[in-house]
Amino acid sequence: MTTTIDAAGDAMTASPAGGPAIVTRGLTKRFRGGQIAVDHLDLTVPRGAVFGFLGPNGSGKTTTIRMLLGLVTPTSGSSSILGAASPVQALTRVGALVEGPAFYPYLSGAANLRRFDAADPSADPRTVGRRVAEALDRVGLAAAAKKRYRAYSLGMRQRLAIAATLLGPRELLVLDEPTNGLDPQGTREVRNLIKDVAAGGTTVFVSSHLLAEVEQMCTHIGVMSTGRLVAEGTLTELRSASVPRIRVETPDSSLAAAALTAFGLTNIIPAPGEVSAELGDALPERVTAALVREGIAVRGLQVVHPTLEDVFVHLTGEGFDVEA
Amino acid sequence: MSKVGPLGEGLSVSAGVQADSSAVSAGPRARSLSGDGPESPRGALAGVRAGVRLLRSEIGLTFRRPRNLALLGVLAVVPLVIGVAIRAAGDGADSFVGQVAGNGLVLTFAAFFVMLPLVLPLAVGVVAGDSIAGEAGLGTLRYLLTAPAGRTRLLALKYANVVVFAVAACALVAVSALVTGLVLFPVGPVTLLSGSTIPLAEGLLRIGLVALYAAAGMAALGALALAISTLTETSIGAIATTLVLVVVAQVLQAIPQLAVIEPYLLTSWWAGFDGALRDPVATDQMGQGLLVFAAYIVVCGSIAWARFTSRDITA
Repeated sequence: MTTTIDAAGDAMTASPAGGPAIVTRGLTKRFRGGQIAVDHLDLTVPRGAVFGFLGPNGSGKTTTIRMLLGLVTPTSGSSSILGAASPVQALTRVGALVEGPAFYPYLSGAANLRRFDAADPSADPRTVGRRVAEALDRVGLAAAAKKRYRAYSLGMRQRLAIAATLLGPRELLVLDEPTNGLDPQGTREVRNLIKDVAAGGTTVFVSSHLLAEVEQMCTHIGVMSTGRLVAEGTLTELRSASVPRIRVETPDSSLAAAALTAFGLTNIIPAPGEVSAELGDALPERVTAALVREGIAVRGLQVVHPTLEDVFVHLTGEGFDVEA
Repeated sequence: MSKVGPLGEGLSVSAGVQADSSAVSAGPRARSLSGDGPESPRGALAGVRAGVRLLRSEIGLTFRRPRNLALLGVLAVVPLVIGVAIRAAGDGADSFVGQVAGNGLVLTFAAFFVMLPLVLPLAVGVVAGDSIAGEAGLGTLRYLLTAPAGRTRLLALKYANVVVFAVAACALVAVSALVTGLVLFPVGPVTLLSGSTIPLAEGLLRIGLVALYAAAGMAALGALALAISTLTETSIGAIATTLVLVVVAQVLQAIPQLAVIEPYLLTSWWAGFDGALRDPVATDQMGQGLLVFAAYIVVCGSIAWARFTSRDITA
């Protein structure tokens, strides 16, 4: 990045409605112990994206979210949400779930939502009843609206926290581990809810350490490892960045390995009964023909695309290696 | 590990995308806020309305919370207990408290005399000490701030809520003592500390004056507790610190050798309410007390503001 912090900050405040939903430039947080939680983070979340913010526990995801929302002051660098100069100016258009639900135990679910709605200076008090009812209904808590939060189960609490993010019209949802504590059914509901919200044009920034979840609902992904962003792009970009492999089932694995080498493939791994190699740009049918020409008994042939999980583990694992 | 190469390339592609979009964001200026901005009269009015709404929410939360209701219950019961005790013990008109037996109105002054050093500070200290630290401990503070309540705005409204509670607490003590006094004792013209006697109506006025002065003293304590509350994430710590300071200050006050620091202690000005029981009202003494209270509010309020607006919210 050649832009200085000031220049980047200027670009952010000037961002029109069509600009990125989230921009960070050199965002860094060093806690008082000297430990770096987030290290020169350059992140761009386009409008309308469902951005999966991936990383193992302790990789700096939550600290990043806290900085985006103005809860934590960065040590250096800058961030901007929805093109606003300061988080407070944009937050009324943002729904946020940060590090799990937190509510008043002695209030009902509906009263808790009213409480947080009252804290938003731009919320219309005349419509609060309807908006609270709608938000509770969307997360399936309508029946528990009058129940005290104290009596809510973990899953209900998580749902209430999601309902709180849906109290008003939002341009951006920031969801930190939204499916924590939910059962598989609840997880699917949340996923559908996010797809639903995104379909309405809202940008969704969702952090998770669960790949499968992100893979199923996100259009963009950023991968964090020990405070750094180790990958960022669309799901397709990330997938295509990984190289497919060809796996050949054969009794003559050493012969097959030689044939694949001769064909020009690399990273060949022979194993009993099979051999695999990096396919690269080679066409699988050509490889098959070459094997058959060599008289190798091909019992099965498969092109294997690495899963996002392979990519993720590879990236975050790489991060640790570099760090060490 | 030959997978590293192609993956690395993929990443540099995405980094390129990122650089592009930041260039794109340098477009026209952000939408103007005029019309409904905070500068316009309409925007200011909406801002005040929203502030009133959040304050009502704060007050509703404070006065619905079982713990606070229990505290208010104690405040209402103590004057009753004093009244019943004096009634049961019979007379003793030579002492100030003993005068109650002769005139129910005096019970109000007696109640403040007994409750101002510790019972009222306890109630106000609990509510004020809990105000920020309690939200931080529950985790609700992060959701209030992302709502967004605004740090300065939230702090100001939290303090306004503390003042409302302090006024309510003192009013409750006054009313409870007044009702108890009217029911248990004869009522008539009040003999003041300075020896002169004032009519009943003026006596009631003086009661109001005492309650207001006490409320001002409690509001100053509330500012102190609020400042302490911004320093911690455990409300019990903030409450305990406040009450320890109240007790320590009164212990120091009792040591004659430390008379030099007495004027700087908040607690030594609380008793100044008895200025309302002199003829004429000791306005200089009470005025000086109010100035000390104001000084405490300004200093503690500034500390609370400086701390709360710069603090990292990690709870």
